[in-house]
Amino acid sequence: MTAAQHAYRYEPASAAMPSTPLVDGASRRPHVTIRGLSKRFGKAVIYDRFDLDLPRGELISVFGPNGCGKSTLINMIAGLIPVDAGEILFDGMRLSEIKFGYVFQNYREALFPWMRAFDNIAYPLKMMKVPPAERKARTEKLVAHLGIKLDLNLYPYQMSGGQQQLVSIMRALVVEPEILFLDEPFSALDYEMTLFMREQLQKLFMESGTTMVLVSHDLEEAVYLADRVLLLSRHPACVADFPAVAAVRPRTVATLSDAEFVRTKAHCLEVFQREVRRA
Amino acid sequence: MIAKRLEPFLPVVGVIGLLAIWSLATWLKWVDPVLLPSPLSAFKALWNGMDGGPLGFDFVKTIYRTAASTLIAAVIGIPLGIVLGSSEKVYRSLEFVIDFFRSTPASAMFPLFLVLFGVGDETKISVAAFGAILVILFNVAYGVMNARKTRLLAAKVMGASRLRVLFDVMLLESLPQTFVGLRNGVSLALVIIVVAEMFIGSQDGLGHSVFEAQQLFDMPRMYAAIFAAGALGYGLNLLFLLIERRFVHWSGK
Repeated sequence: MTAAQHAYRYEPASAAMPSTPLVDGASRRPHVTIRGLSKRFGKAVIYDRFDLDLPRGELISVFGPNGCGKSTLINMIAGLIPVDAGEILFDGMRLSEIKFGYVFQNYREALFPWMRAFDNIAYPLKMMKVPPAERKARTEKLVAHLGIKLDLNLYPYQMSGGQQQLVSIMRALVVEPEILFLDEPFSALDYEMTLFMREQLQKLFMESGTTMVLVSHDLEEAVYLADRVLLLSRHPACVADFPAVAAVRPRTVATLSDAEFVRTKAHCLEVFQREVRRA
Repeated sequence: MIAKRLEPFLPVVGVIGLLAIWSLATWLKWVDPVLLPSPLSAFKALWNGMDGGPLGFDFVKTIYRTAASTLIAAVIGIPLGIVLGSSEKVYRSLEFVIDFFRSTPASAMFPLFLVLFGVGDETKISVAAFGAILVILFNVAYGVMNARKTRLLAAKVMGASRLRVLFDVMLLESLPQTFVGLRNGVSLALVIIVVAEMFIGSQDGLGHSVFEAQQLFDMPRMYAAIFAAGALGYGLNLLFLLIERRFVHWSGK
């Protein structure tokens, strides 16, 4: 590991202290700052005074043992579930003051089947009280910009799973979010479609430069897509490691066998297994 | 090959079979012809009755009463169902009362409604509406309560207010179940209306027609009225199915 990677290692022992290492020097302020986050479900303590900084403009994968609270973490950051204690700020602002997008794992239940794909994508703009003409223009602009060839006059149930998830992602992007959350977005898709969607997401990320936080249960996917992999321990969760993934973009199939990539992935796996065994 | 080409005609098989057995039964005199007239005489009675005869008038009367009671039931039942379904506390506190009256045979309410509304149309329509309301209300509430959690969350995450979530998501989510309620409601309303037309001082309607034909021992006319009632029930169900397919195109997908 390089020294830069070490800089992101959050030792469990230091979790109680406000551990805010600078991200790539002083030039890039952290985007999301989480301080003293606590959450419990019944008797299970999922988070206990958890601190974390997420760097701006990076794609961060969240990976960890089953039930460690990966989804819980992004759901709390995105305001889907309340926190018991703690503070989550975006450039010092609260969630209600920023624009964000969220992509659900279950696209079938997240899209509105009574609306055509186009209207699904435009819906968040309606919630922002954007006038209809502008809504249409902005949605069309996004679609043209992404260069996605899809018949958006179809209803979601007339589309394949991948196409539906693509519509979900576009719906999350249409507001030009400052941050995008994705909760296992491809795990309901078949392998062929998953590979295709990874490329689509990478393209979207490179074009938009939006900070993205992706929960994944597939280590290869987590490393392949990420600038940094957030490795969580068993609950109460703390940061087991937060290594950077050095591979250049766009990443391709060749990246998967690249020596540096393989090393990073092996390191993540090692940390993961250590955390799994800790139980 | 031939078997495959004949497949679209499968639904007719049952009809032809029934008519064949019926014809055979009357032809071979298995049943007293006074009790079971031939299909031909029954359908002749149906045709004559509907074609400008009194049966057509009764048919329209029953349609009017069923439609009126279903409409009243929908206007009252759907909004109430939404209120009930959107608050678990309200639902829990009223569940027993509604379930109790839903399980009470609506025909047991006739005497009460007779006292309230007299022997006119109001009684028939209000008893049928009473029965249908509970069915519709229950289904609407169920539909609202079972709105997909992910969809509600998705709307919330996109900044939809509570009211917005109710109108943009919950209402539309409950539509398939609402139509189940409407279909069951209209069927129940028809049953109650026909029974009411038989027994509570009615001068017209299909129930009255069946009852009168029976009293006069005019069996072909009685069968004709029964078929008319059957056709009406089937037609109403079909109508609601078609409306549902048109407006709730995503149902079951």
